[in-house]
Amino acid sequence: MDWSFFFEVLIGGLLAGVMYSLVALGFVLIFKASGVFNFAQGAMVFFAALIFVSLHEKGWGFPSAAAATLTAMVLLAFFVERFVLRPLVNQPSISLFMATIGLAFLIEGAAQGLLGAQVHGLDIGIPDVPVQVRGINISRFDLFAAAFAALQVALLAFFFSKTRIGRALRAVADDHQAALAVGIHLEHIWVVVWTAAGFVALSAGILWGCRTGVQFSLTFTALKALPVLILGGFTSVPGAIVGGLLVGASEKLAEVYIGPKIGSGIENWFPYVLATVFLLIRPEGLFGEKRIERV
Amino acid sequence: MIYREAGQFKATYEKDQQIFPIRQDRIVFAGVLIAGFVLVPLIGNDYWFNAILIPALILSLATLGLNILTGYAGQLSLGTAGFMAVGAFAAYNLMLRVPHMPVLASFFLAGLVAAAVGLAFGLPSLRIKGFYLAVTTLAAQFVIEWALTKFGWFSNYNPSGVISAQKMVILGYRFESPVRRYLLTLGVVSLLALAAKNLVRSRVGRSWMAVRDMDVAAEVIGIPMLKTKLLAFGVSSFYCGVAGALWAFAYLGSVEPQAFDLTRSFQILFMVIVGGMGSVLGSFLGAGFIVLLPIFLNVAAHSLFSGGVSQSLASNLELMVFGALIIFFLAVEPAGLARLWQTGKEKLRVWPFPH
Repeated sequence: MDWSFFFEVLIGGLLAGVMYSLVALGFVLIFKASGVFNFAQGAMVFFAALIFVSLHEKGWGFPSAAAATLTAMVLLAFFVERFVLRPLVNQPSISLFMATIGLAFLIEGAAQGLLGAQVHGLDIGIPDVPVQVRGINISRFDLFAAAFAALQVALLAFFFSKTRIGRALRAVADDHQAALAVGIHLEHIWVVVWTAAGFVALSAGILWGCRTGVQFSLTFTALKALPVLILGGFTSVPGAIVGGLLVGASEKLAEVYIGPKIGSGIENWFPYVLATVFLLIRPEGLFGEKRIERV
Repeated sequence: MIYREAGQFKATYEKDQQIFPIRQDRIVFAGVLIAGFVLVPLIGNDYWFNAILIPALILSLATLGLNILTGYAGQLSLGTAGFMAVGAFAAYNLMLRVPHMPVLASFFLAGLVAAAVGLAFGLPSLRIKGFYLAVTTLAAQFVIEWALTKFGWFSNYNPSGVISAQKMVILGYRFESPVRRYLLTLGVVSLLALAAKNLVRSRVGRSWMAVRDMDVAAEVIGIPMLKTKLLAFGVSSFYCGVAGALWAFAYLGSVEPQAFDLTRSFQILFMVIVGGMGSVLGSFLGAGFIVLLPIFLNVAAHSLFSGGVSQSLASNLELMVFGALIIFFLAVEPAGLARLWQTGKEKLRVWPFPH
């Protein structure tokens, strides 16, 4: 076995996994704070990336385009709170999940209807060229993405543990009613958390957009975040990171080493099957809390 | 005044347990059946059969299948289209490889094959539930689509993975014209809908609903979890499989695995939501609504904007309307169109009084 090739595939997979983690992070944020499994996260990634790239193509600079996109994501958060979450409060979580599928359709339709469906290239000035580390090729862009993701996770961790609103978020995640009782506004928290998810969506969208171009298939890439969540558990930020790395590494290794034996293209479904098998052994995920059921 | 059950006494258990205990319901239902089997074939044209009635009926069947699993047994599935694909390809291969295979038998066996696949993917439901289960059914969707594309044997080594359905001949009658294909579809769908209606009112259906409402409690009162959940997966996949076979044989004629992609699964899930979770009638209402909606939108767009709108804008508008409708239905009428129908009947019963 060629070990340097193995490590090259492994590291490539891990770095690709970082990108999955970024998308999964958005899911986790919303699930933690509102118990909503947000299927529209992929659509939000696409939406954010499309706004960003359209503005950039109109001649806006990166900072102003990013600022405008963030504003749009804040507006989206208000919209979602008012028209999706508020009417559906106290519904079973499965209804909320299906509502976010509807939301995904709404966002996708709006994004393509307003901004067009063609593929946009995006280049933020970091070349996708390999650097040699001990004879192993590593993409410079992937390294940048990993560093960026790490920075973002650090910021989120700081936000959650040190700021007032972050503590309010954690209180809501712990117990809705107790949080309400001590005077936390659920509506505000939802807007904040959807905004945060929108920010994460933008950064994921930009990184993915550089890699694959900003196009509709971004929403499918985001589906890969689902097995990531399964592996990591729905409520754990470190879980999202570790799960992303696991999925990224395993799908690339499977494609390279198992793929030739049973047919190529298995990386499209391998993470899902991995997640299913994993669930059979540990239903609450790597870092998820064990559920106790009462009748 | 006209819709009132006063004077209709149920003197026997059979009368008490029939599907439509009220005479007016029976008359309406008989009217619908006569219209479907006699009137529509007489007055319908090919466009109606090919573009609306046949797909709506087949999708109703698939919706019924998902409704059994999600609406009655409470197990969310995003792999419906995958099981349809299994049915379509199984029917094709049975017709291709088994000599003198009767068409209807191949549909039935295709349903059984889909049920077997559904059982395999339903196994994790014993350990996991809710969103986690949604991801494993997503695995079913992707694995099935991949396998059907990848292994040439399934499509008889067609280079693009397309299968061309064989001619349907039953007892010497050739089912080729749109009217005949419509009648065949309607027959199969009616039979299976009747079976489903009886199944969900039976012991099995009641244990499904118990599992849906609270599975731990259901287990405590002695409902076997393994049997009940797997049966729901099996029956649901059987319905989806037959629907898939009909989709290939009676509707499109030739299909590729991509005709059964994730979008189709979502479409069927939407039909369940819009029609009403846990309702046989709702499956038909939901499917009809979602098949007709794009056509109405198209007509409306053409009449609103003279000269018509561009194709891409129209399809994006359609997406948005679908999304908004789903949210609207979940917020305003979570029980779907079937509930509206019920409310209408209640109102009619006390008419002309408000209560």
